[in-house]
Amino acid sequence: MNNGRFGIHGGQYIPETLMNAVIELEQAYNRYKDDPAFNRDLTGLLNEYAGRPSRLYYAGRMTEDLGGAKVYLKREDLNHTGAHKINNVLGQALLAKRMGKTRVIAETGAGQHGVATATAAALLGLECVVYMGKEDTVRQALNVYRMRLLGAEVHPVESGTGTLKDAVSETFREWTTRISDTHYVLGSVMGPHPFPTIVRDFQAVISKEIKEQMLEKEGRLPDAVLACVGGGSNAIGAFYHFLDDESVRLIGCEAAGRGIHTFETAATIATGRPGIFHGMKSYFCQDEFGQIAPVYSISAGLDYPGIGPEHAWLHDTGRAEYVPVTDEEAVQAFEYLSRTEGIIPAVESAHAVAHARKIVPAMGKDKIVVINISGRGDKDCAAIARYRGENIHD
Amino acid sequence: MTKTADAFTQGKAFIPFITCGDPDLETTARLVRAMAAAGADLIELGVPFSDPTAEGPVIQAANERALRAGTTTDKIFGLVQDLRRDVTIPIVFMTYANVVFSYGTDRFLARSREIGMQGLILPDVPFEEKGEFDGKCKEYGLDLISLIAPTSEDRIGRIAREASGFVYCVSSLGVTGVRSEITTDIGKMVSLVKKEQDIPCAVGFGISTPDQAKKMAQYADGVIVGSAIMKLVAKYGKDAEPFVAEYVRGMKEAVREGK
Repeated sequence: MNNGRFGIHGGQYIPETLMNAVIELEQAYNRYKDDPAFNRDLTGLLNEYAGRPSRLYYAGRMTEDLGGAKVYLKREDLNHTGAHKINNVLGQALLAKRMGKTRVIAETGAGQHGVATATAAALLGLECVVYMGKEDTVRQALNVYRMRLLGAEVHPVESGTGTLKDAVSETFREWTTRISDTHYVLGSVMGPHPFPTIVRDFQAVISKEIKEQMLEKEGRLPDAVLACVGGGSNAIGAFYHFLDDESVRLIGCEAAGRGIHTFETAATIATGRPGIFHGMKSYFCQDEFGQIAPVYSISAGLDYPGIGPEHAWLHDTGRAEYVPVTDEEAVQAFEYLSRTEGIIPAVESAHAVAHARKIVPAMGKDKIVVINISGRGDKDCAAIARYRGENIHD
Repeated sequence: MTKTADAFTQGKAFIPFITCGDPDLETTARLVRAMAAAGADLIELGVPFSDPTAEGPVIQAANERALRAGTTTDKIFGLVQDLRRDVTIPIVFMTYANVVFSYGTDRFLARSREIGMQGLILPDVPFEEKGEFDGKCKEYGLDLISLIAPTSEDRIGRIAREASGFVYCVSSLGVTGVRSEITTDIGKMVSLVKKEQDIPCAVGFGISTPDQAKKMAQYADGVIVGSAIMKLVAKYGKDAEPFVAEYVRGMKEAVREGK
């Protein structure tokens, strides 16, 4: 066993108290990942409950407006609960049930993963506790209500910067206090092995579908796939089945916040360096003594100082490119997609839309680009309105 | 030359932990000297980390205060250098993998050796990941302290076999912090370790009272206390020295009785 290494990245940097828990998880996952009954249950839920497969939509007006490559949108925003998060959560919740766990805990940033976990817990009859940075409970108050409505307990986390990284730390702490009946439903391709692999496998359905749908619609592979990257679960999901197709450019769009030359940024590849945190070796935003930086992005879901280890490796090998996108560019793209296609994307996904607006015009009309719209933007409307100086609250 | 194991040669050991730089490094220096004088057998110096995932609220807050006060790894190296003019008991660092890795593991360990440290505790580096640190620790003559937990079960043998310095027995599930009761069978944990290697075992996490310390010392070779001390530091700040000294004296007394 290589402890889940992606090049030098990955690994299992966690307290001894949790080691048998992640080993148990890995064994359970290896046992069930190819189990026909498990996969029948999972596919059944993904299709009948979450609404898969999600559409690959040809964005005609955007294509015409940008005047370059053809633009397709992978509509993960149309999934039940409004984001790609449900793909992973249904997989992990089913796995937790198979492992005999009766309780799930989860971290959440924007609230999408928390809502998805609360949803799966309600559906499968699991007790659910979600840890959310205090700052984020204010930014995403509606999602806090949603989780409670779904029967979950929501714990605001006040330590550190009160954002996603602190929610992750607190969920790990909580897990060490109660392991035997509790599974930690990690929401991104991060943390200790086997989480980056499990979450990637459950999200890989995105690229599997993109590939099939693209072959059906265009008879060929796309030239580029774009996705936003915080921890990187929707991006790895959108990239995975194209990793061996060298002709397909894979572009991860990081949250640059107010810009990569300011301290108010969350662009890990652009501004971070190798480190060890939250169970993994990867790139992290940190100071010269290894103190994790208090990162910033308008998007609570991308407001994280690290990136999943497989992305770190894809960056090292050059297989994928990672580009920074500022708050302002993301907000403009949020408004642009709303007006051009009548689709309000999550502000996270808007980072990918923003980068597409930069590169698509320069690409030939015979080229094809896919943007993963990882979530819908209803949750962001109040925050974006405030960003634009309109004083509304959700 | 001082060795980690020296802490366990004079009967049961009392091992206090403090976070360096809370409220400032001058206070840390005074506290270390006072604890050594009060009978501490080994001192764990916490190098603060922004996101200490194995810590409860008390030590989390201590880490935050220390970093806000401008504490850095280099300044802590300077502190130890000064302490080593008169403090002779073994001292180990307790910090997180990134503090060491980010500084440059070789550079961190070389400097630790140079200033007279005996070892290093990294709570987020389990057996599976220790290779990249342990080999280098040996090169520099430092002990990378292994931890075992109530959930370790079948892992204890493997961990104990390769342990050096002493084995840190985590008393309970969860993070660091004061607990009213410890229910883990520490005696069994310790005997599983000793079956593999004759190495001192010290128990930590959740211990705060002399009674608990006395009870733990019946099963183990030493008792580690952190949060209870950092609570005193949080309460008395720069004036914590007499309170911490008195506490350490009391705990050392209790540990000595626990044979």
